[in-house]
Amino acid sequence: MSQVVDRRQSVSSSEPHDLPTLPGTPLRDSDIREGRVLTERWDPDLRYAWDTGIAISRYLQGLKEGKLLGSFCSTCERLVVPPRIVCEQCFRPMREYLPVKDTGTVNTFSISHVAWNAQPIQTPDIPAVIDLDGASPGIGILHKLGEVDPNAVQTGLRVEAVWEPARKRKGAITDIRYFRPLS
Amino acid sequence: MGLRDVAVVGAGLTKFMRRSLETGRELAFEASKMALDSCGLTMDDVDCVVIGTAPDAFDGVHMKGEWLADGAGGWRKPVMRGYVGGGTGVFSPIQAWYHIASGLFDVCLVVCEEKMSTCQPHPQGAFLTIFDHTTERALKPNLLWIFAMEMQRYMTTYGISERDIARVAVKNKRNGLDHPATQVGADITVDDVMNSAVMSWPVKRLDVSPTSDGAVAMVLASDRVARRITDKPVWIQGVGWSLDTQYWANRDLAYPTYLEKAARMAYSMAGVKEPRKEINIVEPYDPFDYKELHHLEGLQLAPKGGAPQLIIDGVTERTGNMPSCPSGGLLGVGNPIAAAGLMKVSEIFWQLRGEAGKRQVPGTPARGLAQAWGDLMQVGTVIILGNEPSSR
Repeated sequence: MSQVVDRRQSVSSSEPHDLPTLPGTPLRDSDIREGRVLTERWDPDLRYAWDTGIAISRYLQGLKEGKLLGSFCSTCERLVVPPRIVCEQCFRPMREYLPVKDTGTVNTFSISHVAWNAQPIQTPDIPAVIDLDGASPGIGILHKLGEVDPNAVQTGLRVEAVWEPARKRKGAITDIRYFRPLS
Repeated sequence: MGLRDVAVVGAGLTKFMRRSLETGRELAFEASKMALDSCGLTMDDVDCVVIGTAPDAFDGVHMKGEWLADGAGGWRKPVMRGYVGGGTGVFSPIQAWYHIASGLFDVCLVVCEEKMSTCQPHPQGAFLTIFDHTTERALKPNLLWIFAMEMQRYMTTYGISERDIARVAVKNKRNGLDHPATQVGADITVDDVMNSAVMSWPVKRLDVSPTSDGAVAMVLASDRVARRITDKPVWIQGVGWSLDTQYWANRDLAYPTYLEKAARMAYSMAGVKEPRKEINIVEPYDPFDYKELHHLEGLQLAPKGGAPQLIIDGVTERTGNMPSCPSGGLLGVGNPIAAAGLMKVSEIFWQLRGEAGKRQVPGTPARGLAQAWGDLMQVGTVIILGNEPSSR
């Protein structure tokens, strides 16, 4: 247990906001470029190989066959995508895999003009959350939109999957090239 | 509940900087020393240390908490590092709170540090690993997507305009001008936000907080010890936290339910029955301008879709009835992730003591709330501070 003595008389009211400057030494890019400060660099050599698991293996197999699979919880009766072996809400096993449709509704979207490193890209990406027909309400997946004028995209837009041809599918989310407005 | 009362008795911080000469450990030391000096303690008086810092991947250092510990006073002490992404800066004082409330310790030093500049070419590269490795990463996502899509869903659900959301960036950047740690305080207009480069629509450059280096530290003490350290202890009245599902595309993106859960836990502990009347000052987490509004609603401080009206009416200005982000927040001071959350808690501490200098809100606020948010847009962390111990 702490042996703190009474310090109320010895400490003046400390107000860091009245201090002229806080500690910290901001650097400019030129400080590094022109060698005014020394730096050390390291490029890691790391690779990862993920096993896809029980449920996502089924999902990927479904994609290869040109269908979207969800898993069904017999307790809360939700059909969710992507499939999982446990319902996170009921914490009961999900053992039944059922197909949902490859059509759906845009729940939300963005028109992205930058890559992951915040650098500009030429053709904007249109990521979207697509609520899939046949899944429970509000169950969406992340994918991209294509064959669409970015200005025409809005929440509620009805869309359909554009699949890679069967011979090119390899069991990956990219077996769906993108979703486009329902014809 | 059989818990002891716990108070904040001191706080300190470094500047927030785009890139600092100091290492993370050095930043942690500067903030820790200032926090200890502010209440006249030394490490001999401190029983345990809680360290908050976000992904190891930023620093390229494995077990970053341990790496920071020598600069955070952790030598031969009980040390704990907790991590809930962006929620860490408020989660860390919660951990310190239960270390002390439980009766196990009397004095705890909380140190939150972040140095994002190390990660090249951009710290967003480290964030990409948050997306599901099999079902999402193959789509080559960037981190902004999820925030842009949440903002769009929020706007569409409630009919909120980009211009009204931009008011938050204007307010917070102006408030930030008065914060001595500021990296990005500025006097800008709604038009400036609207005309700034579109990154991932509807997110524009001035809707977003920067990446930053910096550290914040805070000293917490038990009831009997706090009253010997200071005449102005600031009491922790309530804490709450909650985690939603990682299946983010299965969630209602228009409303942060996880935050409502966290807030209700904290209000219950603090004996707060009508948050809008009983919370005088609030520091909601604002890495994006729409998030301040989203979070005010999750915190039950505005009805669903109703937070924009608060800023239109001036309620959330420093001079308003419920000042929000009087510090300047992440948009106006900066966003060294874990440190930014603890900066919000320290702002409530200084405001309730009447020591916030140029940022001091008028009147005598008696109770304030700080909140942070993180992981895959899925965690809410909430702490309520007051001039009196909780009435529980």
